[in-house]
Amino acid sequence: MPSGTASVRPNMRASYYGSMKTRETTVKVLAFLLLVCICLVMILPLYIMLSTALKTKQEMFLVPPTWIPNEIVWHNFVDAMKSKPFGRYFTNTTMFSVFGTFGEVLVSSVVAYGFSRYKGIGRNAVFMILLSTMMIPYPVIMIPQFVLFKTLGWTNTYLPLLIPSLFGSAYIIFLLRQFFNTLPMDLFEAARLDGCSEFRTYWNIALPLCQPAIASAAIFGFMWRWNEYLQPLIYLNSDTKYTLSIALASFRSMYSVVPWNLLMAASLVAVLPPVLLFFLAQKYFVQGIVVSGLK
Amino acid sequence: MRWMTKSELRETAYMYTFTAPWIIGFIQFIGGPIVVSGYYSLTRYDIANAPVFIGLKNYIDLFQNELFWKSAGVTLYYTLVGVPAGLFISLLAAMLLNVAIPGQRLFRTIVYMPSVVSGVSLSLLWLWLLNPDFGAVNMFIYNVFHVQGPGWLTDQKWVIPSLIMMSFWTLGNHVVIYIAGLKGVPANLYEAAQIDGASKLRQFWNITVPMVSPVTLFLLITGIIGSFQVFVQASVMTDGGPNYASYFYVYYLYQQAFKSFNLGYASAMAWILFVFVGALTWFMMKLSGKWVHYEGGEQ
Repeated sequence: MPSGTASVRPNMRASYYGSMKTRETTVKVLAFLLLVCICLVMILPLYIMLSTALKTKQEMFLVPPTWIPNEIVWHNFVDAMKSKPFGRYFTNTTMFSVFGTFGEVLVSSVVAYGFSRYKGIGRNAVFMILLSTMMIPYPVIMIPQFVLFKTLGWTNTYLPLLIPSLFGSAYIIFLLRQFFNTLPMDLFEAARLDGCSEFRTYWNIALPLCQPAIASAAIFGFMWRWNEYLQPLIYLNSDTKYTLSIALASFRSMYSVVPWNLLMAASLVAVLPPVLLFFLAQKYFVQGIVVSGLK
Repeated sequence: MRWMTKSELRETAYMYTFTAPWIIGFIQFIGGPIVVSGYYSLTRYDIANAPVFIGLKNYIDLFQNELFWKSAGVTLYYTLVGVPAGLFISLLAAMLLNVAIPGQRLFRTIVYMPSVVSGVSLSLLWLWLLNPDFGAVNMFIYNVFHVQGPGWLTDQKWVIPSLIMMSFWTLGNHVVIYIAGLKGVPANLYEAAQIDGASKLRQFWNITVPMVSPVTLFLLITGIIGSFQVFVQASVMTDGGPNYASYFYVYYLYQQAFKSFNLGYASAMAWILFVFVGALTWFMMKLSGKWVHYEGGEQ
């Protein structure tokens, strides 16, 4: 390329690059306009969710609909929360998401360290099995799991939802192993020579170093649990034990004429924690997604 | 044959000690259940009574059952249209979000944001937006085109296209992964193509698409597997209707297992799903050599 450009006369070259520059500007302007449109489409449903939640029963069915509610009814949120014990469901979901994720991430980090640090015999084979389990759909294993937990008398408790987490998850093990692999081996060798035990090397040296990856993994686990529907649906059947997902779904089927304003208000409360988490920890969010996608 | 050295032995012992929790969990909660579900699939089992061995009867019944084929067809339709279209849209969105323009960060945040809303809340929101009489989508259509929009979720023809369109709203994860993939495409490839006078469209097909093909393969496999498991939409939005038009495979499986308590029959469905997903994944990996481009030649 350098020899090719040298033969071009200077003024021609300038105009060539000049036209390229205007073309680039056109591309940028077009991209900007297109993105503004796309973003409007993306935001609109969320806006309608909010505005519906603030409308009166009459206004919600108004044709044509109003953009801004004539009368803003904040009380819808109170009514929605009182129509069912949503406070309780909120607590249930939070406990389930926090404890499940905590156990899962902690155990996964131990396993991930084992896969990354030790070149044991059969490591690649075992790790391949781990990766392939990520492809197994949950419905494939849910029936025997259900039979097992039913035999143990654990149905209608959170145990079937929490106990499997305590054995780690393939996705999080993979994510954390990728991170451990970037740490210098010398660090661990030095610790071993200094007489530091293997577990303490993991706990005191490796784990603190991978805090960003832990954050990504924890966010991922939390979001997954917060939104999970099928598993709680199978295991939880008494009203007081519901998670938000189950409660919202049954809330809808409670009415013949659906009170969309209350339903949207309740849904908004349910999505608030994930949305807040997203805005507070966007960096870790993106990191977690990207590591999973670019093996 | 040689003996393990002392250090190899030590490394192996440490590795299996650290990874033991996952190995035990795998046997207990994944590997074991797959085998057991294979056994259940050969039995008549209603959970109250012990399973009774009936050979391949469940499979024979399944293949003769219209609803089985219907649910498989609905799921395939949703997958074969929704996943490729979703990937294409995600790639285009990622390219737009990769153009250096003011507000790029904000645009990226907004495009990702709906993906945070998922599960039941997402389904309820779209149930309202797609409401035939008062939903925002039909209100918009009426105001702009002065025609009454279709009953998106109540019309057999429209229900799957509606659910596919709804899935386009939460493509954030795909877009983020594609953006990261695009960062890995060397800029000099485009510069060279531009000097050679290649059009933007040609650059897209001959540079961008091949360069991000490993990402596409990953998203295709995970996307298809995810799409085979659609459940929430059927359960919350449509109850599998109208006239079974959205009776997704896993929804049928769930109904059989936990409503009708035909656990043997449902296990046969689970095994068919397992074998199908395994075969498809293997097939896609095999075929990927033909179209997936890895930096530095083949593989």
